[in-house]
Amino acid sequence: MYWRLAIPISLACLTAAFAQPPQTATPRPTGGFVPGQKRAAEDPAQVDRGKSIYGISCRACHGADLRGGDIGGPNLLRSQLSLSDQKGEKIVPVIQGSLQAGGMPAIPMSPEDAHAVAAYVRSVLGTIGGQGRPPSAMEPPSILVGNAADGKVFFQSKCTGCHSVDGDLKGIATRIPDPRVLQNSWVAGMLRTGRGPAPQTPRNTVTAVVTLTDGQKVEGKLVRIDDFTVTVAKADGTQQTIRRDGDVPKVEVKDPLAAHRELYPVYTDKNMHDVTAYLVTVK
Amino acid sequence: MTKNLAYAALLLAAASSCFGQIRPVPPEELLKPLGANWPTYNGDYSGRRFSSLKAVNTQTVKNLSLAWSIKMTPGMPQAGGFGRGRGPAGPPVPLMVGGEGPGDINAGGGTIKASILAVAGILYVTMPDNAWAVYSRDGRELWHYFWKTRGGTHIGNRGMAIWKDRLYMETPDNYLVCLEAKTGKELWHKTIADLDQGYFSTPAPIVVGNHVLVGTGNDIDSPGFLLSFHAETGELEWKHYTVPMKKGDPGLDTWASLDAARHGGAQTWIPGAYDPETKLYIIGTGNPTPAYMTGKRGEGDNLFTCSLVAINVDTGKMAWYFQTSPHDTHDYDSAQTPVLVDGVIDGKPRKLVVTAARNGYFFTLDRVTGERLVTTKYGQYTNWAKGLNKFGGPEHDPMKDPTVGGAIVSPTSDGTVNWQPPAFSPDTGLFYVPEGNGFSLFYLTDVDPRGSMGLGGKEEVPLGTAGNYLSAIDYKTGKVVWRHKWYGNGGSGGLLTTAGGLLFAGDGMGNFVAHDARNGKPLWHTRIGNISSAPSTYLLDGHQYVIAATGDTLWAFVLN
Repeated sequence: MYWRLAIPISLACLTAAFAQPPQTATPRPTGGFVPGQKRAAEDPAQVDRGKSIYGISCRACHGADLRGGDIGGPNLLRSQLSLSDQKGEKIVPVIQGSLQAGGMPAIPMSPEDAHAVAAYVRSVLGTIGGQGRPPSAMEPPSILVGNAADGKVFFQSKCTGCHSVDGDLKGIATRIPDPRVLQNSWVAGMLRTGRGPAPQTPRNTVTAVVTLTDGQKVEGKLVRIDDFTVTVAKADGTQQTIRRDGDVPKVEVKDPLAAHRELYPVYTDKNMHDVTAYLVTVK
Repeated sequence: MTKNLAYAALLLAAASSCFGQIRPVPPEELLKPLGANWPTYNGDYSGRRFSSLKAVNTQTVKNLSLAWSIKMTPGMPQAGGFGRGRGPAGPPVPLMVGGEGPGDINAGGGTIKASILAVAGILYVTMPDNAWAVYSRDGRELWHYFWKTRGGTHIGNRGMAIWKDRLYMETPDNYLVCLEAKTGKELWHKTIADLDQGYFSTPAPIVVGNHVLVGTGNDIDSPGFLLSFHAETGELEWKHYTVPMKKGDPGLDTWASLDAARHGGAQTWIPGAYDPETKLYIIGTGNPTPAYMTGKRGEGDNLFTCSLVAINVDTGKMAWYFQTSPHDTHDYDSAQTPVLVDGVIDGKPRKLVVTAARNGYFFTLDRVTGERLVTTKYGQYTNWAKGLNKFGGPEHDPMKDPTVGGAIVSPTSDGTVNWQPPAFSPDTGLFYVPEGNGFSLFYLTDVDPRGSMGLGGKEEVPLGTAGNYLSAIDYKTGKVVWRHKWYGNGGSGGLLTTAGGLLFAGDGMGNFVAHDARNGKPLWHTRIGNISSAPSTYLLDGHQYVIAATGDTLWAFVLN
């Protein structure tokens, strides 16, 4: 939901504007699904007690991680009742049997223990991540699902016009050991290791040639372009901004990564997985 | 009345006009076509964002010039004291403070993403937790209201509603606040939803008669709903849930369980359009949760997520629905502004509602019955669906869900368009919408069969765009008639079209541009920065003003 971080990526500012989520497999930082809100601190001894009781009396149905268990108990991490609980006033009656008609049996335990379980549940809810991410998640499985032989065939038919595993891509799997980063990078045509702009290299630098009405050419690195002006960084280190009026003057933009973007609609996911499976063998 | 007295009364009227005395807005005024004022989110109920003003037109727009600009400063003043100075010679501006929070939570959100109301010489503008009245003649502040938040996602606020002499604003910590328009003084506030359940409220309320229609948002698997409050008393009139909440509710058979439905999402975070003839408020709903996988939702359509739903404003009952993204797995909320069009289909006059959804598809429906008439794919590379289902909605392709190996999908989760309001001109018959054709790699990172929660369990790697456009769609056929290429992420904030034959939009490269509404050709531009809220227009002293916001700054343009 929602328009999150708008990632403005245009042909002209592609190299500068690439941003991406972290590539590491470590869990996302948790806490703060309600930004700015401070949840009341829980008593650690009560939480410990509650965790033990939860393990004995609740886990089988609601899961060790509160995300729902094998025998049908609902996910407590997203339970509106649990989320609204302040001091056991909502959770304790349920433990004591107020929702039996809905299938939740009364659980025999003392009121003190029920309050301890509620405190434990609240303490876990406090670690839910932004946009509702659960506090615990499995390690993501390997993304290597493709067929390297098929990938090699695809690579030789679509990629060798510009690339070679003995040339520019020599040792690519050693240089980019994480298969997911490798896949992101070869598809995008530039190294995608983390957030922030991708390093600019001659391979991904967009250039422009502007032919003025008197025939003079202004060329260099494209700084920016819109309907009204084009700015070029010239070889002498200066920048020149030229007014545009429709097709006048003529502007030719050369974007080395255009070929990559043109392939986005062409790849099947299998093509992509196969090429990645092939490239991880190029050590 | 003597002649002198009449003269004095006239003088008084002129003086109060000069000093921007507040003129009440009776709810009937919102039924009129959009003209001198801009008294509700979309200007009028139709969602067209089509102004009948035409002093600024294809011939004169070249003379459009800056009248004034003002930078809005949200929050409490840095130093203590009541009010603060504005500009070199401005008097202190009264600051009203409300709210139930501690007052020290700086939750951000200092960007104008609101539709700005313009009524009789005064503009009403918001950021999350902040509202201002500004003189529309010269941009001076009249008052500032600040809400001390308890927290919540401060992603944006879409503006206020006006009813008689009152204003209504939603807050990120889920209150509906009623202010006196003249002074900014708070009259009351009411609870919309529980902050602890992860709700956060961004929409502009919509006033219909004495109803104040209020939506909300949530990312953590809570049910969506629409509320109606009484404009005078703030009493809750009805609550309509957008997912099944109990046995027997319609749509329950499209979920694997009641528990899944009750955590299914379908938030109501963008205002809808209202049809006075049927008394139906038509609003788009948000994504199902968990957003990026089936989890325990089941394989069904998950109603009424990602749908247009038509709700009777007196009863809160749903009259019809149409699902634009059945079983969504890419966070393609259908929270786009639906647009009411009185048009002709197959030679017959029809009362229509049209929408260009975030998922790359365009729809024309009968707004009385919900009958689908047209479905087309307007996103150039939209690839997440495999044809249409039996209802004429896109059939979701499971192969394009987030996968372990990665799926290459267009559009990105931000969609071909997001919340930015579109526009429709009855003069050209064209529906205008920003069209972003980005691609992303979607990885499923949490393979737990119970599913993740909220927007978790996936990683999305944006790959760049295969083309961003300002696009014009024929509502009769759903075909794109023309595309104007944008070099940036254009259309941010939304669109405005006018009887002057113009279409206003930001181009994503820092320009505010007036296009020819017939063909998209740029006719005028000014480089004021990227547009953050939909431009609008009003008439004052016989002059047409066009206003736009860039971040924290408001700009007004008038013909020289």
